[in-house]
Amino acid sequence: MAAPGTTIDENFITHEKGLLSWLTTLDHKRIGVMYLMCVLGAFLLGGTAALVVRTELWTPGPTIISHDVYNQAFTLHGAAMVFLVIIPGIPAALGNIVLPLMLGAKDVAFPRLNLASWYLWVIGALFLIASLVTNAADTGWTFYTPYSTTTTTSVIPAVFGAFILGFSSIFTGLNFMTTIHKLRPPGMTWFRMPLFLWALYSTAVMQVLATPVLGITLLMLIVERAVGIGIFDPKLGGDPVLFQHFFWFYSHPAVYIMIVPAFGVVSEIFPVFSRKRVFGYKFIALSSVAIAILGFLVWGHHMFTSGQSVVASTVFSAITFLIAIPTAIKVFNWVTTMYKGAVHLETPMIYSLGFLWVFTIGGVTGMFLSVMSTDIHLHDTYFVVAHFHYVMMGGAITALLGGLHYWWPKMSGRMYNEKLGQVSSLIVLFGLNLTFFPQFIMGSRGMPRRYYNYLPEFQEMHQLSTIGAYMMGLGFVITAWYLIVSLKKGRIAPANPWGGHTLEWHCSSPPPYYNFHDAPVITEGPYEYADWTYDKKIGGYVRKGQ
Amino acid sequence: MTHFVANSLLLFSAQPDGAFVPKLAPTDNFWLPNAGSELARSIDSLFMFIMWSSIVSVLIILIAAAWICWKYKGGAREENRAALSQEDHSTTLEIVWSVVPMFFLVTVFVWGFKDFVALRTSPKDSIEIYATGQKWKWTFKYPSGHVDSELHVPQGKNVRILIKSVDVLHSLFIPEYRVKMDAVPGRYTELWFNPEQAGTSPIFCAEYCGTQHSDMMSQVTVHAGDGYDKWLLEMEKRIDALPPVELGQLMVKQFGCGACHSLDGKTGTGPTFKGLWAKTETLATGQTVLVDENYVRRSILEPMADVVQGFPPQMPSFKGQLSDKKIDGIVEYLKTLK
Repeated sequence: MAAPGTTIDENFITHEKGLLSWLTTLDHKRIGVMYLMCVLGAFLLGGTAALVVRTELWTPGPTIISHDVYNQAFTLHGAAMVFLVIIPGIPAALGNIVLPLMLGAKDVAFPRLNLASWYLWVIGALFLIASLVTNAADTGWTFYTPYSTTTTTSVIPAVFGAFILGFSSIFTGLNFMTTIHKLRPPGMTWFRMPLFLWALYSTAVMQVLATPVLGITLLMLIVERAVGIGIFDPKLGGDPVLFQHFFWFYSHPAVYIMIVPAFGVVSEIFPVFSRKRVFGYKFIALSSVAIAILGFLVWGHHMFTSGQSVVASTVFSAITFLIAIPTAIKVFNWVTTMYKGAVHLETPMIYSLGFLWVFTIGGVTGMFLSVMSTDIHLHDTYFVVAHFHYVMMGGAITALLGGLHYWWPKMSGRMYNEKLGQVSSLIVLFGLNLTFFPQFIMGSRGMPRRYYNYLPEFQEMHQLSTIGAYMMGLGFVITAWYLIVSLKKGRIAPANPWGGHTLEWHCSSPPPYYNFHDAPVITEGPYEYADWTYDKKIGGYVRKGQ
Repeated sequence: MTHFVANSLLLFSAQPDGAFVPKLAPTDNFWLPNAGSELARSIDSLFMFIMWSSIVSVLIILIAAAWICWKYKGGAREENRAALSQEDHSTTLEIVWSVVPMFFLVTVFVWGFKDFVALRTSPKDSIEIYATGQKWKWTFKYPSGHVDSELHVPQGKNVRILIKSVDVLHSLFIPEYRVKMDAVPGRYTELWFNPEQAGTSPIFCAEYCGTQHSDMMSQVTVHAGDGYDKWLLEMEKRIDALPPVELGQLMVKQFGCGACHSLDGKTGTGPTFKGLWAKTETLATGQTVLVDENYVRRSILEPMADVVQGFPPQMPSFKGQLSDKKIDGIVEYLKTLK
């Protein structure tokens, strides 16, 4: 291992050369980088579909595309963003790169399974794209029956794609769970683990337990559509509401699969950029676990208007309220972490503060929807659309961007342009609010979602929203630009640019192929910053006495 | 006179592709549409209570965060400014910020539960109207047997809507009364409301149902006094007295045929009605057929029998919904659409 604070020549990027060396690699960092590139590519696809949708909604009548193309565009947007971007985003891309490093391990427990999961992602994505180029599915990402079993569009490839992506997700979950159980270094007790790992662990449990249900459900849907065996279609003796139960039994835990890793990312960034121990470590760690458990028991809150019984709705509503508590605890702890710290407002921290801003709004608006009486009015309106975009886009994507900037020096070995990072993060955050806040207003005023035509009364709000979407698009273009430029022209990154104490900052940037020569011995928690001082010469932190 | 009836039922201005555009009633509330029932107002007060609590708590959190960032700013990295404290734990604080929101959440839950039970329990003395959702229109069947594409109800009476669907999921959504219920094929669902104010307000389909989901709008009209009974009587009387062509025109409107079959020659989900009569159509099977009385009749009753080439087999059957007299009317009306 080279001296801390410096960079050595041999690293995982230069270790082997050629495309084949990447496609056959078993190195978690390389697999993570491949995942990251694919996820960002899918983000471009889903984002383009979003801009098509938002452009169409500029006027109340037809604007640029037909009814059917609009329905296909929002289906593509939803399916791509959920299955290809947000679910694998933080765990499979950032998690793959960082998790073994944080454990001081040489790799994940099952490197081959890890590569297999990436290939499954690619195959699943190809099926989704196959549906797109033949006759794109127009069901919405939720595939509700009996519409999905009767529409003439090519639903089967899209559903089969989601089925395969489910296995990719299960593989990653299994791998991370095993790795965290078996490969922690000497001295790293559960409560000395970085919070990001607690989050990934909770996520992995959900991925492994919930995703099979989605797989079974999607397979049943394919069977009904292809062979005509009645499971969900009442014409064939099935029950359409059964599909909703099965679907949300997976897809509600899935929203926590999307957001819990985001909690993990900001739980790392807040203490590092405040130069202060994280506040309420155990509460943040265990609240991830609590959310993972409770997340399985609330799926029926998506179905208050489905004809589900009052008793069932009441139970689902009550448990949903319980989840608010661990979520609020996290928010309070992050704010308190900064208190009396030394707060540095660089790009990762701006994204984390943006997360706090946007996620809190997404969280409190969840209350309107978990209260049964108000949900009846708001269900399937733009209020719901705004709420989950504040949580998924404002929460998960914002944290993904924060994490991307935070670990960018580690994974690429280069520093990105900090000024541009700050400017574009602000453009993205303001664009995000401009896009989705008007959607709360028109939603509670009665604007239903998935509408191609709408009442002229809602036009102003739709136009604000569309302007916001383009603003976000601009922010992302700038981000992509300076990140790509940094790969060639960025300043060589020090081992520890932000002064983190979790183990990935103890090895060089980019890390050597085998990460650590010897397994580090852990004697303290991951948030002890007293020994690290900033060295202007190398532009990063070095540890006293080394 | 008969023209007046037909026109009074064609209340809406048409968008370019023939969709109806109902209008929201004016309201003082920034966030919510006009509340048309007592229950709606009660739900609104809970909505506003959560809204204000949310605004206050979000502001407290964000202002606190902003103030901390400013007050404890780290300055340049090379200054190596250390945190003023490394305190990382306070059980008291954790308990306080877990328990305080709990009180709020229990209050809101109980309040919401009360109104939800009321929303889902229709009073025994309700007028019952059947609503049917199908791609892409609503039809309402009144106790008198009258069928209409719009919902008419008496002011101040409890109205119970029994909802079904003949194809895919739909959802009957009347923002004015804060009610919404899915139309599920194969079962009945229901909702109820008690309209306080005479006037009109929109009805939407809230559950995505395909191509023209967003055109599946209608309107509820609340009649003051005995206006509702009068309206029902009038409808029956006038429909009875209509000459066939106007009866046909009215049926095409009431059953929402225009959602798929344009009257102006534009291709929709189904063939346009304009110039359809006496045309020779090529079917999906490759055969040809002359559009005559028998073809139109069969297409209404058994739409899957002879689907025209190039169009999806989407049309539902109207067997049992249209009397022979009404079908005769539609035939006569089509003859006029040259």
